[in-house]
Amino acid sequence: MTAYRVAVHVVPRRGLLDPQGKAVADALQTLGFSGVRDVHVGRHLVLDVDAPDEATARRDTQAMCERLLANPVTEDFEIATVSVT
Amino acid sequence: MKFGVVTFPGSNGDFDAYRSVVEALGEEAVYLWHKDTGLQGADVVILPGGFSYGDYLRAGAIARFSPIMRAVATHAERGGPVIGICNGFQIACEAGLLPGALMRNESLKFVCAPVTLRVERDDTMFTSRYERGQEITLPIAHGDGRFTADDETLDRLDGEGQVILRYAPDPVQAREAYNPNGSMRDIAGIVNKRGNVVGMMPHPERAVDPVLGRADGRLLFESILHGVAV
Repeated sequence: MTAYRVAVHVVPRRGLLDPQGKAVADALQTLGFSGVRDVHVGRHLVLDVDAPDEATARRDTQAMCERLLANPVTEDFEIATVSVT
Repeated sequence: MKFGVVTFPGSNGDFDAYRSVVEALGEEAVYLWHKDTGLQGADVVILPGGFSYGDYLRAGAIARFSPIMRAVATHAERGGPVIGICNGFQIACEAGLLPGALMRNESLKFVCAPVTLRVERDDTMFTSRYERGQEITLPIAHGDGRFTADDETLDRLDGEGQVILRYAPDPVQAREAYNPNGSMRDIAGIVNKRGNVVGMMPHPERAVDPVLGRADGRLLFESILHGVAV
């Protein structure tokens, strides 16, 4: 078994109203960052996972996202990085 | 009739639900701990309001894995009535007992206020004592109540008559004034296709006695008593 560190991003699905992201975007524009067009606020999860290989670590994480870490109705997820720890 | 009120860590509407059943309706109720695996013979299950597991990850996301939820799912599959109120609605959606999801209120504010609702169905086991089109007032208290689903699901809910409560549209006022959370199609409460699981953001159990200010929620419980043979 190898110890992997997996980073996952979960964000509100594009097209759904994201009032939190909009509030942050408005605040950034107020600060003078006029180039900011859109902000989406989500979650960044870091998982330490033991798996025989990277493909298994990815597959397990994918299943975790589908079953718990992301809501299939309202959120999208991506496995950002998988690294050996 | 025996009501089972589930207590999750972080539930806070369980006591209200229990008392409304026992004191206002004069029926039997038991508390069901989230680690229980049986329903103690309850005919009706209430998933109460609150902040189960601190709303960690998402409201209702962790509670759905509580041992009691397996028994609740079996009860629902057999046609047993399940009432998900507020956090209970969120849990029922996360558990797949109901379609859709409840997202952060459009205003980003926690809203604690009475709201006017329109009863859309008077032929369900939860609403038979109301009249179709009747406007009622129930309290809400939530920060994550924006009912969200894809268009196909929303069309199906409308087409199959699964929307039983809507925030009553007011032609004079802006949507923000009557729809407290930005719910799609003003949806406040739905039933599953079979009609035995209801999820609603308003709190009927906090409106069962005029001494509490209003009693429009009482008819929901009386509908169940009327409709479910024991």
